[in-house]
Amino acid sequence: MKRKKNKNLILGGTITGIMLCLIAVGFFWTPYDPEAMDSANKLAGVSFSHLMGCDNFGRDIFSRVLKGSGTTLLVALGTVAIGAFFGLLIGAFTGYFGGIADEILMRINDVLFAFPSILLALVVISLLGSGTYNVIVALGIAFIPSFARIVRSEFLRCRDMDYIRSARLMGAKSLRIMFVHILPNTVPVLLSAVMIGFNNAVLAEAGMSYLGIGVQPPDASLGRMLSEAQTYLFSAPGYAVFPGIALILLVLGFSMLAEGIREQSEAGQG
Amino acid sequence: MKYVAKKLAGLIATLAVVSFLVFAAFAVIPGDPATSMLGTQATPEKVEALREEMGLNDPLMERFGSWALHFIQGDLGTSYSYQMPVSSMIGEKIPVTLALTAMAFLMMVAIAVPAGIFCARHAGGFLDRSITVVNQVIMAIPPFFSGILITLLFGLILHWFTPGGYVSYTQSAGRFLGYLIFPALAISLPKAAMAVKLLRSSVLEEMKLDYVRTAYSRGNRTKSVLYRHVLKNALIPVVTFLGMTLADMVAGSIIIEQVFNIPGLGRILLTSISNRDYPVVQAIIVCIAFLVIFVNFAVDLIYKLVDPRITLD
Repeated sequence: MKRKKNKNLILGGTITGIMLCLIAVGFFWTPYDPEAMDSANKLAGVSFSHLMGCDNFGRDIFSRVLKGSGTTLLVALGTVAIGAFFGLLIGAFTGYFGGIADEILMRINDVLFAFPSILLALVVISLLGSGTYNVIVALGIAFIPSFARIVRSEFLRCRDMDYIRSARLMGAKSLRIMFVHILPNTVPVLLSAVMIGFNNAVLAEAGMSYLGIGVQPPDASLGRMLSEAQTYLFSAPGYAVFPGIALILLVLGFSMLAEGIREQSEAGQG
Repeated sequence: MKYVAKKLAGLIATLAVVSFLVFAAFAVIPGDPATSMLGTQATPEKVEALREEMGLNDPLMERFGSWALHFIQGDLGTSYSYQMPVSSMIGEKIPVTLALTAMAFLMMVAIAVPAGIFCARHAGGFLDRSITVVNQVIMAIPPFFSGILITLLFGLILHWFTPGGYVSYTQSAGRFLGYLIFPALAISLPKAAMAVKLLRSSVLEEMKLDYVRTAYSRGNRTKSVLYRHVLKNALIPVVTFLGMTLADMVAGSIIIEQVFNIPGLGRILLTSISNRDYPVVQAIIVCIAFLVIFVNFAVDLIYKLVDPRITLD
């Protein structure tokens, strides 16, 4: 029997693939220098020489979208890496060992979890100061609780299973059980958490940069471009629309891909 | 009643822990508030005198105690940059942010519930599939970008409202609320999309269950089965989601205030962050945290009302 086509996977993969290719190109080559100003072309419209027009300093928007998407992607990756790494450590130890430390950490975690991540990141930013690297740290910290919670429940589920007991009987040490035996079994859950986290990180980074506390000028970032474009919304709507579309495609592609992978693995099981 | 008492105790403990965490975070940051307050006139003696006056030399727990005591009495400290009480700075801003959040929340419910039920009733149909696609796209749009698009469409092209034409609620409550409609729409859209998706799948799940078949076999029509039996059960997961969303909406309104030029808590929070005006930042964060915790508390209670099977665990 022919399997039903997984539209989410195909479409999401295509969108993400195209975006990643464009970003990869943007790291090495852009049609114009994204920071070069050209006063003759201030707020120029869409044309063959400037695919998305120019901004208020005459900088080529297409080049800046390429560069800015790259920055956004890097910040999101860094955020997810920090959140997943520390979340994994905290979740693994609290879930596996339990006890009073677990109780205390999870209560704190619950509180932080209920707190909107962008607000948590704002607290950290107000302590560290703004800037690209601080945003990565701030968002990373804000993302730890959700990862810790997911990993903890997985470890809690696995720690009394038969294969773990037999590993323990064979004399395996706790650390070995945790990271050699249990961890591989949490990968599917962790993977979907990472994908959802990635999307949230992209949106959060864009939000922070939009507020002016993320990536600092003259560096391009999608959120930053949107906030600069708002002043010229009437005279040059393209300035806001194109970075926005890039942002949407980045998030949409990834969320469809995540959905598609989930459907695929369910279909494989069923 | 025991349930409420136990929850209430948890609530108070959480409030204490959160405010301590925030307080401690701001106490350990590098940089001396006394030095920054004195600015260029800072001499070691003056700094030391001011530190003593501000109580900065006391142990952390003692400082937290006195801060908490003042906080409960409504004294939120003094702003470094404006030298005025924080409570008077943020007091008039809180209703703005609250009104915006409440409006966004009501809009979300008003959009999501009918749309979710409609999609579930016509599952697989053309409109259902179109709404699902539109939903997926809306979920990918960051609220501030939908805010910008709404400004462009309704403000600049259709002239339904004046971008930046905010009216304070002290001047005219009607025009104040009128201006908030579009910002609230921008906050509620992505959340409504998620709620539609959730409600649709929740209703469809319920429709497969035995009691629904029984209800049909007794000769009920789809409409009455749906509204009298299914909806009550299908709404339970949605209520949880709505509660979680409310906290996000408070945070979302901070950004949206910036898009639509609304002088609420978000604006003052951002200026204070860039001015390193810690007492203001600290007070706002604690206020928002309290709000979030109270909302979660309320959701827990409502949850219990909706589904009597739920116990404290």
